[in-house]
Amino acid sequence: MQNAPAPRPDPSAHAPRNAGVPLAIDWFDRIAVNTPAAERRAATLTTRRSLKKEWQAAWLVNAIRCMDLTTLAGDDTENRVARLCAKARAPLADHILEELGLEALHTGAVCVYPTMVAAAVRALEGSGIPVASVATGFPAGLMPLDLRLAEIRYAVDQGADEIDIVITRAHVLAADWSALYDEIAAMRAACGAAHMKAILATGDLKTLRNVYKASMVAMQAGADFIKTSTGKEGVNATLPVSLVMLRALRDFGARTGFRVGFKPAGGMKTAKDALAWQILMKEELGTDWLRPDLFRLGASSMLGDIERQLEHHVTGRYASSSRHALA
Amino acid sequence: MPTVKEILSTMDYGPAPEASDEVRAWLRDRARFGHFINGAFTAPGQTFETRNPATEEVLGHASQGTAEDVAAAVAAARKAQPDWAALPGHERARWLYAIARHIQKRERFLAVLEVLDNGKPIREARDIDLPLVIRHFYHHAGWAEILADEFPGQVAHGVCGQIIPWNFPLLMLAWKIAPALAAGNTVVLKPAEYTPLSALAFAEICAEIGLPKGVVNIVTGDGETGRHLVAAGVDKIAFTGSTEVGRLIRRATAGSGKALTLELGGKSPFVVFADADLDAAVEGVVDAIWFNQGEVCCAGSRILVAEAVAQDFTARLTARMARLRVGDPLDKSTDIGAVVHPVQLARIRDLVARGQAAGARLVQAECQLPARGAFHAPGFLADAQPANPAMVEEIFGPVATLTPFRTPDEAIELANNTRYGLSASIWSENITLATDIAAKVRAGVVWINCTNVFDAGAGFGGMRESGFGREGGREGMAAYLHTPSPRPKAEAAPGRLDAAPVPGQPPAGKGAPPIDRTAKLYIGGAQKRPDGGYSYAITHKGREIGLAPLGNRKDIRNAVEAAQKAGGWGKATGHNRAQVLYYIAENLSARAAEFEARLKSAGHDPAEVEATLRRAFWYAAQADKFDGAVHATRSNNVTLAMNEPWGVIGIGCPDAAPLLGFASLVLPAIAMGNRVVAVPAQSMPLAATDLYQVFDTSDLPGGVVNIVTGDRDDLCKVLAQHDDVDAMWYYGTDATTMETESAGNLKAVWTLSNRDWRGPQGQGRDFLARACQVKNIWIPYGE
Repeated sequence: MQNAPAPRPDPSAHAPRNAGVPLAIDWFDRIAVNTPAAERRAATLTTRRSLKKEWQAAWLVNAIRCMDLTTLAGDDTENRVARLCAKARAPLADHILEELGLEALHTGAVCVYPTMVAAAVRALEGSGIPVASVATGFPAGLMPLDLRLAEIRYAVDQGADEIDIVITRAHVLAADWSALYDEIAAMRAACGAAHMKAILATGDLKTLRNVYKASMVAMQAGADFIKTSTGKEGVNATLPVSLVMLRALRDFGARTGFRVGFKPAGGMKTAKDALAWQILMKEELGTDWLRPDLFRLGASSMLGDIERQLEHHVTGRYASSSRHALA
Repeated sequence: MPTVKEILSTMDYGPAPEASDEVRAWLRDRARFGHFINGAFTAPGQTFETRNPATEEVLGHASQGTAEDVAAAVAAARKAQPDWAALPGHERARWLYAIARHIQKRERFLAVLEVLDNGKPIREARDIDLPLVIRHFYHHAGWAEILADEFPGQVAHGVCGQIIPWNFPLLMLAWKIAPALAAGNTVVLKPAEYTPLSALAFAEICAEIGLPKGVVNIVTGDGETGRHLVAAGVDKIAFTGSTEVGRLIRRATAGSGKALTLELGGKSPFVVFADADLDAAVEGVVDAIWFNQGEVCCAGSRILVAEAVAQDFTARLTARMARLRVGDPLDKSTDIGAVVHPVQLARIRDLVARGQAAGARLVQAECQLPARGAFHAPGFLADAQPANPAMVEEIFGPVATLTPFRTPDEAIELANNTRYGLSASIWSENITLATDIAAKVRAGVVWINCTNVFDAGAGFGGMRESGFGREGGREGMAAYLHTPSPRPKAEAAPGRLDAAPVPGQPPAGKGAPPIDRTAKLYIGGAQKRPDGGYSYAITHKGREIGLAPLGNRKDIRNAVEAAQKAGGWGKATGHNRAQVLYYIAENLSARAAEFEARLKSAGHDPAEVEATLRRAFWYAAQADKFDGAVHATRSNNVTLAMNEPWGVIGIGCPDAAPLLGFASLVLPAIAMGNRVVAVPAQSMPLAATDLYQVFDTSDLPGGVVNIVTGDRDDLCKVLAQHDDVDAMWYYGTDATTMETESAGNLKAVWTLSNRDWRGPQGQGRDFLARACQVKNIWIPYGE
């Protein structure tokens, strides 16, 4: 089934794009984050809410709408990317979609390396699905700044609608906030019209206070999204880290009126994870942050599990992944 | 049911009901319950309904326990007790282990039953109540196993009467039954009349595993049944419930010799400092007052927040409150369920209205409450001032008060400005500040950067009018054990006091009379004449030895005031207190001959002096060694069990050993940091009044030991009634009066039995344990 072209999600649908603000260290340098309390909140969040039947199905579909279907492997080829894009266009088998009473569905975006952007753009032509590219020396980011900026311009030039940048972790560990701010602001400028997601690589930052501070600097420097991880760190997206980033995002919004999006990425593999992160979004920020303009799930294998769960929902039988199209 | 497409636009949660078919089938099958006595259910007697507060449906009928029912249950427990206590600890451990296992296997059944009867949300029953219940039985299976090793020489009380509330029916049952059984007691437990069902299901589990008959007995009924149980021939009463009823039980058991532990109400402070993680603290409020519909005795119901962040905190709290879901307790997405009973709901509404009338501003979540059932929206009363009834009285509903403070000093002043002392929650990222407040707050449980965290391995219980005794941990086990004491016949009551002059019996001797010595009262480190201006004669074999001041209630008042002012003593190090005790021994030793002569003149054993010296050394040695514990509870958590002095202890001393008896009580009390107001041996107070010169020369700060001589029972009664006396040790014949009068502020009373003061019964760790109450401080860690 060929989906009809859908309008691209427009991050400015609700509010103007985050224009950034001058670096304001006093917004975050005394921040208190109590780790055991954050862990407790994260642990009980998903036990406080439960989704059953149609509601669970709808929330799983929503996870697909918000998914940045991703391939970021050293062996990526244009054909591999084309297959991924086909799955992004038709993330669910036709019979599932039909039983759910839905006409069209596609993922929030596909996410690839810069050299794969052109292939993705070709494969997604007419689908309305944006192409996201990682850039800036992903995943470590330890390249000269001019090369990193050039990489952004390259990806944009290739047709990327969204750029997922990585920050220099050393600036956070050294609390060199102005260096971090300047770097991200320069990246944002290089992105131009493309929307920028700032990957904080929280697994490298370690403390939740660092996570909050880096989040705040990235937003002050104009990030459209803040994103947890590259997927390549030892620890990737976790609920406590996400909780702290959401609170930073809420605080930034309260000060500036800008609505910044959130993207957890890495390590989320199951339909249960998809529900857990959505519950977190709704509880901490509200329903607006369950739309693709403000929420993306960066995942590669999660879609397979969601499709199996939805198959079970519509048939009542447990499903086998061998019956579903590969991503 | 909306379509997937429609839900995709609303992103609502939708209903997520927990199935209750199994439990409803069980209820239909039983319908009318008798009592569980001697291993079997009795035929239902006169019954009362128990309803689901969320739907008003009748769930079943339980029997109203009569005096006869209670007597039968107590008789069964009495019969079973010797065999139960005589079982090797390992066998009792196996029984408790079997109970834990079976509850675990019936976990969801019991959780759903609890939800139906109580109205609490299934998430809490499932994730909090039941795991804690199971943990409690496992933990106490362990205590049964090692009882003889860990509590040598201690024995069970016998039969325990236990009365529990409706807010955590099964958990409170576990807190009562597990330690009692582990220690070798048998029990008669009365669940609350609003929520009898989980206790009856528990009784079926006892029958299922074949627990020996009579070890556990459950009698249902209302307060009248409770009264019968309190009056019955039991050896101990353990009660959890309101302070009001606790007071009645204190009076009802006065003089009966029944051991008593009370876990009563609270109005616990929830203190948020400016450097706290405010989001964490907001979440803490959710776990404090919006947990279990606020029907939590230790709920952080008085939010005190630093002015610097009060506005910010209030805004965050209001936003968070708006996301709470109130409704069907069986729905897995419900945060706040139904209040247990319409009567309770009316009480909450009334107190909230009174709080508003007194000037507080109610901030409430705008939530749609179900049309039927006893629901109350969560909220808080902002701008509440200390005299506001909502800040003074326990609301026991999902409504806290919120009051700003300026400085840490003011925070602690407000925190302690209550008659209660159950728990406290302190929020600050500054460990120095948080632990300082933890030390200063008057509460049995202190949570730093967390709240309502429980574990079977830590003691739970209050100070002040929140009761006495602990449940959980080693200190909880101690409450179900005692050291058996031989009970020789009570010491004779002292003779009548005569304040009139005694002519015709001049002191022996020729020539110029010796310089007259005047014994005085010793108050605040100074010698004071008695307020009344009377003295009474101290005689031996009809001969006057001297005159002692006849103290009165005003002297007691002054002494308590002086003792209250000497609070620094409790903060001194154990080493410093030991130094003073050693110094007392040193100075007493220098004057030993004089003290011996004084004792001899009154017909007492001069060896008391040497024994007193030894006792001073022993308690000096203990002063820096009788310390607390770090309990093994949750991961990433230190739970500090601190031995804290009571504060001011009133002491009535024995006549038998006028010096050693006084020292045996006063020394352990002050070694642990208490200040005392002691009424020395009525017939020979001079042995004690002679001591004040020793105290004066031994660096004992004024007010730590205060001595008021006179009619022991009259003076002790004034002490027992005094609201600023924190505990009472009474040796004498009128325990009934002392225990009855202590109910005013629910001070703990230790009535001492007659004993040989020179022997091991006159000294020991038991005295030190009695001189302290355990404060458990929870400190989670992790980065």
